[in-house]
Amino acid sequence: MMYGYTWDTATPLAYAWSILPIILIGLTVTLKAAAAGFAIALVLGLVFAMLRRSRFRSVSWTTACVVEFLRDTPLLVQLFFLYYVLPEYGLTLPAFLTGALALGLQYSAYTSEVYRGGIEAVPRGQWEAATALNLTRMQTYRDIVVPQIVPRILPAMGNYMVAMIKETPVLSVITVLDMMALANMIGERTFEYLVPLTMVGVIFLILTLVCSAGLHRLQKVLPKAGIPLR
Amino acid sequence: MTENATPPLIQFAGVTKRFGALTVLDDFNFEVAPGEKVTLIGPSGSGKSTVLRILMTLEPFQEGRLTLAGMDYQEPAGTGPFKASERHLRDIRSHVGMVFQSFNLFPHMSVMRNVAEAPVRVLGLSRAEAEARALDLLALVGLVDKKDHFPSQLSGGQQQRVAIARALAMRPRVLLFDEPTSALDPQLVGEVLAVIRDLAHEHDLTMLLVTHEMRFAREVSDRVCFFDKGRICEQGSPEAIFTAPSHPRTCEFLASVLG
Amino acid sequence: MQWVSYLPSLAQGALVTAWITLAAIAVGAVLAFVAGIARVEGGRAVSTLALCYTELFRGTSLLVQLFWFYYALPLIGISFEPVATGILVLALHVGAYGSEIVRGALASVSVQQFEAARALNFGRMHTLIHVTLPQAIIEMLPAFGNLAIETLKLSSLVSLISIADLTFRAQSIRNLTLDSAGVYSLTLVGYFAMSLVLMLVMRLIERWARRGAAFPRAAHS
Repeated sequence: MMYGYTWDTATPLAYAWSILPIILIGLTVTLKAAAAGFAIALVLGLVFAMLRRSRFRSVSWTTACVVEFLRDTPLLVQLFFLYYVLPEYGLTLPAFLTGALALGLQYSAYTSEVYRGGIEAVPRGQWEAATALNLTRMQTYRDIVVPQIVPRILPAMGNYMVAMIKETPVLSVITVLDMMALANMIGERTFEYLVPLTMVGVIFLILTLVCSAGLHRLQKVLPKAGIPLR
Repeated sequence: MTENATPPLIQFAGVTKRFGALTVLDDFNFEVAPGEKVTLIGPSGSGKSTVLRILMTLEPFQEGRLTLAGMDYQEPAGTGPFKASERHLRDIRSHVGMVFQSFNLFPHMSVMRNVAEAPVRVLGLSRAEAEARALDLLALVGLVDKKDHFPSQLSGGQQQRVAIARALAMRPRVLLFDEPTSALDPQLVGEVLAVIRDLAHEHDLTMLLVTHEMRFAREVSDRVCFFDKGRICEQGSPEAIFTAPSHPRTCEFLASVLG
Repeated sequence: MQWVSYLPSLAQGALVTAWITLAAIAVGAVLAFVAGIARVEGGRAVSTLALCYTELFRGTSLLVQLFWFYYALPLIGISFEPVATGILVLALHVGAYGSEIVRGALASVSVQQFEAARALNFGRMHTLIHVTLPQAIIEMLPAFGNLAIETLKLSSLVSLISIADLTFRAQSIRNLTLDSAGVYSLTLVGYFAMSLVLMLVMRLIERWARRGAAFPRAAHS
C-alpha cells in the first residue's frame, strides 16, 4: 500500500491499473521538477549569455569556462555535489529544490549557447540602428533584440525542455519521489519491476512524442504568423 | 546521317512524361543514328533536358516506348516507376554516360579517383588498368598535372573537363551533355567547348548535347532539334535551322538568343 | 591533503568509466549507422523498424532503460552481467541519437551526387559506401563529438546499477569520509578532464577526415 492505494498483482493488467494512480502522482512531481529546473535554466542561461558578452575579458572568459565545465560533467555528479556539499555550507534545501537547481545548472549551459546563437543572429545593422536612434542598452535589448530572438530560439529551447524531462528520473537518487522513485519502491515491495518500470517508460514515451509533435507544430505555425525561424 | 541504312541507336516512340499535372514530353518521337551528334535547343522548360535525363534513367516516363540499341527501357513485367528491374536499368546505363551542368564530381575523391573509381567498381577493372585509362583521358582533357588535386581545388572549367573524362572512362556508346557550360564563368566556357569539339570528331561516339551556345551547336552537330512545349517543332542540319528556320517559334527563339 | 588518498580509488573508477564509455561509443556507433542507413535506404518494413528503435530509445529516459534492463528483464529470464547491461543500454541509447545524426547527414548529401553515381552505373551499395557515406561522415563528425561527450556524462548513471565507475567510487569514498566537497570536486574535475580528452580526439579525427583542402563544406556543386 502506498498513498492509501493498495495494489493487485494478480495479472499484469490489474497490477498496472492499480498502481497507475501512484505513478501519476509521481508524474506530477516529475513535471514540476522539470518545470522548476527549466525556469532556472532559462534565467541562468540568459545570465551566462550576457556575461559572455561582457566587455571585460576576464568576465567573459571565466563565464565561458564555467559553462564549459557545467556542460562537460555529468548531471548525476553535479546533483550529488549540490545535495551533499551545500548543507556543509549551511544551505539546506529540500531535495526537490536541490534537484531542480541541478537540472537548471546543467541545462543553463545549453540554454546559454542557444541565447548566444540567437543574439548573434540579430544582424549588426539592428544594433547600429538602435544606437543611431539613441536607445539605451536596456531599451535596445527589450525593444529590438529580444522580440527578434524569442521566435528564433523557441524550437531549440523546446528540444532542451523535452531532454530535461527525460533526465528528471535521476532526481530519484536524492530521494525526490518522482515517477521513477515510486516505480522502484513499488518494485521493491512486490518484487515485480517489469510492470511499473515499463509504465514509466511508456509514460515518458507518450510525453516526449506529444511534446515533439507540439514543437513540430510550433515550427510550422510560427513562420505562418510572420515570425521567421532562423 | 538520318538516311543511313543502319537502324537507329536511340528511338523514342510516343513517349509521354509527366511531373504531376505538368506534361513535360507529349507523345514525343525522336531517333538518333549511331555516331550522330545531335544538339537540342529551345527555351527552358521545353523538355530538352528531360530527354537526356530519361535516357540516363534518372527519370521514368509514363507512356510510349524508348529503345537503345534494340533494348527496351521498360520491361514487360517491370514494376516501380521505371517499369524495369534495377538490373535491367544497369544494363542500359552501361551504354550511356552523362556530363552534368553542375559537374557533380565526387568532392571527397581526387581527380584520379573520380575518373578511375567507376571503372574499378562497376566494370571490374584492376586499379592499375583503370588508372592507366584515367591518365589517357586526363591527357585528352589536358589535366594530367591535376590528377592528385581535389575538385574543390580546380576551376569550374577544369572540373567540367574532369567530369567529361570521368564519363568517357566508362566507354559509353552515347554521351549526354546537359548544358555543360551553363554553370561556368564566361572566360572558362572555351576550354570545355574545345574538349567537346575534339570528341565530336570521334566517329563511333553518339552525342546528345543540350546547350545555349548556338555558335558551338552549329559547329559540332550533324543535326539540330528545336524544342518547344515538349515536342520537337523543327529539326534539320545546323545550316538549315540557323540560316533558314521555317517555324515561327524557332525564328522567335533564335532571334532572342542570337540578339 | 586528505584528498590525495582518494586518488587511487578514483583513478580505478575513471578507468571503468573510460572503458564503459568507449565500448558504448563503439557499439552505439555501429547501431547508429545500421539504424540510420536502414531509415534512409531500407524498405518500408526495415525503415519502420529502425524508426521504432530510434523513437523508443530516444523517447524513454536512460535511467528507466537502465533499470528496466537491470531489474525488470531478469524477471522474464533475461539477464546480463551489470557491466554488459550498462554498456548495452548506454549503446542502445546513444545509438538511437546517433542514428538521427546519420540519417540527417545522409539526407543532406545532394541529389546531384546520387545522379552522378547513377550515370556512372554505380550499384546501390557502391553508391552508399563510396559516394554518399564518405561525404556524410564528415558532416556527422561534429555532432558525433557532442554525442561522445554526452555518452561519457550519461555513463555516470551505471553507478546506480552497482558498477564501480568513477561516480560509484566517489559515492563510496564520501560515505566513508563524509568529505563531500573534496570527493565530488575531484570527481567533477576527473569527468571534465576526460571530456576534454574526448573532445581533443574528436577534433583530431575531424581534422584528419578533412585533411588537405580536400573537403571544404560547400563543395557539392
